[in-house]
Amino acid sequence: MSALINEVKGKKQKYDVGSWLVPIISVLAAMLVASLLMLLQGLDPVLAYNSLFTAAFGSSEGIAATLGKATPLVLSGLAVTLGLRAGLFNIGVQGQLLSGALASAWAGYALTNLPPFIHVSVALGFGFFFGALVGAIAGYLKAFRGVHEVITTIMLNSIVMGIVDYLASHPFKEPDQALTRTPQIIESVRLPMFGLLPSGFFVAVFLACAMWWILGYTTTGFRFNSVGRNRFAAWYAGISYKRTIFFAMLFSGGIAGLGGAVETLGITYRFEPAFNLGLGFDGITIALLGRVHPIGIIPGAILIGGMRAGAANMQFDAGVAPELVDLLLAMILLFVTAPLISRFFKNSSNRSLTGGWGN
Amino acid sequence: MSALLEVTGVTKRYPGVVANDNISLTVNAGEVVALLGENGAGKSTLLKAVFGLVKPDSGEIKIGGTPIVFGDTAGVIARGVGMVHQHFQLVPVMTVTENIILGGEPKRGLFINKKAARDEILALSKRYGLEVDPDAVIEDLPVGMQQRVEILKALRKDVKLLILDEPTAVLTPQEIDELLEVIRNLAKSGVGIVLITHKLHEVMAVADRVVVLRGGKLVGATSPKETDEAGLAQMMVGRSVVLQVNRTEAKRGAVVLEVKGLQVLDDRKLLMVKGVDLSLHSGEILGVAGVEGNGQRELVEAICGMRNRESGEVLLKGVPTKNLNPHAVHEAGISHVPEDREKHGLISTYSIADNLILNQFDQAPFAKGWIRDLSAIAKNAVETVAKFDIRTPSAFNTASSLSGGNKQKVVVARELSEDLPVLIAAQPTRGVDVGSIEFIHNQLIAARDKGAAVMLVSAELDEILSLSDRIAVMSGGKIVAVLDSKGADRNYIGRLMAGLKE
Ligand SMILES: Nc1ncnc2c1ncn2[C@@H]1O[C@H](COP(=O)(O)OP(=O)(O)OP(=O)(O)O)[C@@H](O)[C@H]1O
Ligand SMILES: [Mg+2]
Repeated sequence: MSALINEVKGKKQKYDVGSWLVPIISVLAAMLVASLLMLLQGLDPVLAYNSLFTAAFGSSEGIAATLGKATPLVLSGLAVTLGLRAGLFNIGVQGQLLSGALASAWAGYALTNLPPFIHVSVALGFGFFFGALVGAIAGYLKAFRGVHEVITTIMLNSIVMGIVDYLASHPFKEPDQALTRTPQIIESVRLPMFGLLPSGFFVAVFLACAMWWILGYTTTGFRFNSVGRNRFAAWYAGISYKRTIFFAMLFSGGIAGLGGAVETLGITYRFEPAFNLGLGFDGITIALLGRVHPIGIIPGAILIGGMRAGAANMQFDAGVAPELVDLLLAMILLFVTAPLISRFFKNSSNRSLTGGWGN
Repeated sequence: MSALLEVTGVTKRYPGVVANDNISLTVNAGEVVALLGENGAGKSTLLKAVFGLVKPDSGEIKIGGTPIVFGDTAGVIARGVGMVHQHFQLVPVMTVTENIILGGEPKRGLFINKKAARDEILALSKRYGLEVDPDAVIEDLPVGMQQRVEILKALRKDVKLLILDEPTAVLTPQEIDELLEVIRNLAKSGVGIVLITHKLHEVMAVADRVVVLRGGKLVGATSPKETDEAGLAQMMVGRSVVLQVNRTEAKRGAVVLEVKGLQVLDDRKLLMVKGVDLSLHSGEILGVAGVEGNGQRELVEAICGMRNRESGEVLLKGVPTKNLNPHAVHEAGISHVPEDREKHGLISTYSIADNLILNQFDQAPFAKGWIRDLSAIAKNAVETVAKFDIRTPSAFNTASSLSGGNKQKVVVARELSEDLPVLIAAQPTRGVDVGSIEFIHNQLIAARDKGAAVMLVSAELDEILSLSDRIAVMSGGKIVAVLDSKGADRNYIGRLMAGLKE
């Protein structure tokens, strides 16, 4: 019997290999389509990809830059993942991330007489808190007012964008400076590099592992998963739908905010609205590419971080516009979500019909 | 002339099970073939293969002499096949009309011709005597009504072959009689019918032939003329089944659960439970009899904390239980087999093991504080699967891979394993095979004998009569009578259920 139990436990976290083929094929398919476009322009796709990936992964500086780019992406991917697990589509990661980035920048330059370790913690905490605040608004509206989170998070994105622009161009603006940006954060609050590795990356990987463990092994994770899979049965099992939804959105926002903070404290050293563009939306692609699995987020973020890091080099070597990376990401997203591909790899085509509607 | 349906040597394997093992079967025009077998015998799988939804590993399926193409359900439908699935295939937020016309909408230009659609549904419903409200939204309807919608959907196109996968599981006895009449008439007009059911008297009533599956194999064929219900049960299970429950005298104890002046609204916000008083003693089974839709569902859900109590209260051992808090009610000592297993009873993408502890996930031994104890969960799963004979290759497969009856067994097993002072079981044997019904009935009686207060809500009057010590008859949202089951008169109860006074 105990052998049986062990066998059975081994299967607990099983993810069928077939489902991991989908993201891999999606990336390859997106690259193939992009090659055709390059060929049409008379450019050399082999050279382009070669220079893109050599720049991103071919040297230690390249890898450092890639991991630097990947760090906030892991966190924004995790934020989207947490929402999806509880059945929520958090489109607002961008706004949550921006408010976290600005809040931590402020803490980084304005609070100058804290001991370094405390200062770093406070700055990260500010990022988490303000991201969580934005997430909690959407969570409250969904849980207690029934307003769909897609609508509220999109609207909150615009609201937050307006507010941070205002703050960065007026009260928090660097004095005597033409650009809209805050002052630099002080030296001692900057996240150090461990050799090639930005320390923020460790924070992100640690959080990914923590989320994997919490979702898989704790009662809290069971609550989130249950509400996301069948909220009626979750309610029957005594799980409060409203509470779970509210906290899922709050933590999702907090993690996104932390992503902004890590970017500010580890890479940009100040808040400038243009710096963080797109990080939140890339999180959606990464979450889906990682099959909504916290650990799967890491390779997804590194891949996309690498593309972002190597884009400039690709333009330089192969004359391909860096926007190609945006195109690639958009196509990856399209392919990952296209039911066509997944249907190809799921052996039982009767899945949706036997499961009944809505699960 | 070739047969309407010809299945030759069909085999279908799932990881760890052979769901269909070299099955051959023919159905001719105008005949009713009953397909019998235990839960997990492979009945649904076979008929889904006929409908083009499951791809057999080998074998051939011909309709009207030409082979079907897997995946081409539209082609199968076009050849005159209609299927009512074991689990509803309805869109809950759409109306009855919209659901029935889905996939073949009458059009006016680019738009759906709503009036024509509605008229068509009314005509259809009249023609088969299956009454529905064309404008009602599916999720507001009781399951019996939803089943009617399913049947009408299958009958909409002129069908030559009608496949019915446990259509009667959620119908009331009267609705069942009506459906059996519809089946007879269709057969008379030349339609071939395959009927899956676990209710043997239905088989005796309408089938021309009976085909029995066991463990994926076709183990026998017979006809109602050659055998009786006990014979059918024996063929299905491979042993003789006691169809009559052996029940000793109840040792009725003190009142455990008291319901006082309970009023509850239904999903449409209409008053459905209109002031119910009930008391439930330890050591007894109280059967709640009633035609579906008379407030039983709302009553049970309100007692179990899943539906708002407009007024009144529910006392457990004298202590009021919390309103709208299923967790607190469960913790206080009430376990509940919910009526709708797909919606409330299971999270179908979770493993069987997780489903077996669904409402105890944060309690010892399945959680130590914040951390779930996966070994305890696994141990419980392996034991429970064995004890309740849940047919699955592994307790860690998802619940969605189970056959319908085995899903039900998971829900019942979870609630019965707990030994709480009160057990409220709504339709506990729905969709379960005769062998397992026998087992579940014995478990209910064992719970009673251990001192639990059991409330059994069932659409099957026979089940109520054979298990209950007292019978409460519910009609129009009220308990119209509470009778001692000894010497209770079936016809009298039937009249009370129908709302007739004396
Ligand atoms: N999608 C699936 N994946 C894995 N196993 C499956 C799947 N569908 C069915 N099975 C297995 O195939 C077997 C036959 O299932 P099927 O649903 O045909 O049974 P059934 O005779 O209809 O039972 P019931 O009376 O309970 O509805 C069962 O052992 C079931 O666990
Ligand atoms: Mg079945």
